[in-house]
Amino acid sequence: MATLRDYERYVGREVIEELELVAGRLSGVVVQNINSTAVGGGVAEILMRMVPLLHDLGVNAQWDVIKGGERFFEVTKKMHNALHGEHVEFSKEEIDLFVETNEMNARDMNLHGDIMFIHDPQPCGLVRRKKDLGRKWIWRCHIDFSHPDPFTWRFLKEYIEQYDVSVFSAPSFARELHIPQALVSPSIDPLSDKNRELPQETIDSILERFKIDKSRPIVTQISRFDYLKDPVGVVKVFRRIRKYIDCQLVLAGGGATDDPEGAKVLAEVEEAVNNDADIFLLLLPPASDIEINALQRASTVILQKSLREGFGLTVAEGLWKAKPVIAGAVGGIPLQIVNKYSGLLTHTIEGTAFALKQLLQSPAYAKSLGGNGREHVRKNFLITRHLRDYLLLFHSLSHKGEPVVYL
Amino acid sequence: MALQANDPFNFYTRQNLTFLTGRRARNLSELLAGIKEATEASIYHHTHHFLVRHEFLSPEPPNDYAYWITNILQDRILGEEVASIDLREYSTLEDIRARILEVIGRSKSREAGRSKHNAPPGEEFHFMETQSFVLPTKHVAHNLIEFKECLKCVSIHSIYFHVFEARLRQRDSDFSLWLSNSLHEEKLAREFLQFDPYTQTLENLRQTLIRLVDTRLKREGNGNA
Repeated sequence: MATLRDYERYVGREVIEELELVAGRLSGVVVQNINSTAVGGGVAEILMRMVPLLHDLGVNAQWDVIKGGERFFEVTKKMHNALHGEHVEFSKEEIDLFVETNEMNARDMNLHGDIMFIHDPQPCGLVRRKKDLGRKWIWRCHIDFSHPDPFTWRFLKEYIEQYDVSVFSAPSFARELHIPQALVSPSIDPLSDKNRELPQETIDSILERFKIDKSRPIVTQISRFDYLKDPVGVVKVFRRIRKYIDCQLVLAGGGATDDPEGAKVLAEVEEAVNNDADIFLLLLPPASDIEINALQRASTVILQKSLREGFGLTVAEGLWKAKPVIAGAVGGIPLQIVNKYSGLLTHTIEGTAFALKQLLQSPAYAKSLGGNGREHVRKNFLITRHLRDYLLLFHSLSHKGEPVVYL
Repeated sequence: MALQANDPFNFYTRQNLTFLTGRRARNLSELLAGIKEATEASIYHHTHHFLVRHEFLSPEPPNDYAYWITNILQDRILGEEVASIDLREYSTLEDIRARILEVIGRSKSREAGRSKHNAPPGEEFHFMETQSFVLPTKHVAHNLIEFKECLKCVSIHSIYFHVFEARLRQRDSDFSLWLSNSLHEEKLAREFLQFDPYTQTLENLRQTLIRLVDTRLKREGNGNA
């Protein structure tokens, strides 16, 4: 397991020293993280890395998981889709199940943190214990909240406004709330398999395995097969520029087999690809982090042509590898890419094709965008910055409404 | 033996946490209304965070308003006017707010039709605020040589605090005040004040400060420093 000091070579000693400084004043504070799953999913992944690092800093971070039956998680999955903007109808029974499961957990769990750090909607009802337990309560929203279904939002808002502070990942997710809303962007871990440096032989052997030609430019989009990632649009972009430039397209993602919509999207992409030998449609199994890392590192240009996006961390992953990235200006992507400085932001198939042609034909420009992008990620989207924001958030609970706090 | 200061210089650092207000602007009129009603913590955020967050991009517009007007509303003339507001001339956030309102207001009346021109969906201006946390670091300088060593190893957040934030607290950089009051280095203090910190990256700013101290140390020899 990585220790805080392992990050020094990426962010510099002074950043680590300041983390220790901020954390020093939180020594012994118990921060109890609660979410809905111990494995799988982005929240568990970040907690798995964050909790040991908080320990390294002397903060007594704990992590617990709520209990719920299969039916409860079906309801919360529906809720998740509704918060992403999908219109979803809930029956009274479904709402009752959500409330009862939260009440059961609120009753049975040992809620002992000085700071209760609740992640995402599934366990948000635990806050009903705030009245009798006191303590400070944070609700951390990890999902796209830009177009929530009105009914679902009104329902959750009743809970959320009982917290001391809410936390969102991007400015466009901000809501009208009576409690403060902190902005804490997600982050990538430079020491994870998905982002660590790889020997050239590893990259080459992975390209060889997928039969990708390393002597010709490679354009890559890494994402699950989902309409919101517009994979068919990416194929159309490729077709437009393939007329002028000899290059290959890699569309790599996972999660299609057990997701009915994913399978449908994949079928449509296959149809659009039409057995083109220069398009590599890669269905990656879970735990393909090294493969994803290698494909990103082998790429000439990385695309993230999302139509809707939570935060879009694949953009930060690409930029961290100093790659020029072209991405849709949605969700958290504009935070990661300052247009024409650290990448290119586009809105249409035509615009993306034009930007791609420009980058493939101007390697020096592409290189400068990639270099700026890596530096931007180093300063703003590595896990150390995420850790710092959480430490400041813990402090802010005792200094509500004070613009400047002297610690 | 380096000349000892009357009082040591204690390096502090400043870390910022961003809060969302939920308010957004789609066009110039809404931006103007938002700036009028924003808290000082919001004016501070939008005129200063760019320096830390995008510091490698400087000297690009050091404020969010200019960036949004130029790149999203595509009004390059007004964007340039807002970007070129010399923040050094204003020592309070209220003064900065008044100047920004004046510049945008003037443009709005000049080009009334454009002020309702909306940003593309998803690229609205989001009003935010900063909560700052100020902490003492372990770095302390008792003389010019130690001061130079500290400048080399403190974080850019510390440099930022003593140069930019100090101006809003006391109209002067903490470094200049210490050099002048505690070390009687009036000339060096003036040199520290002469360049515009808003037009360089924080890392360049650090190097400039070190170079000035270095030159001073070489000029006079350690005996006087």
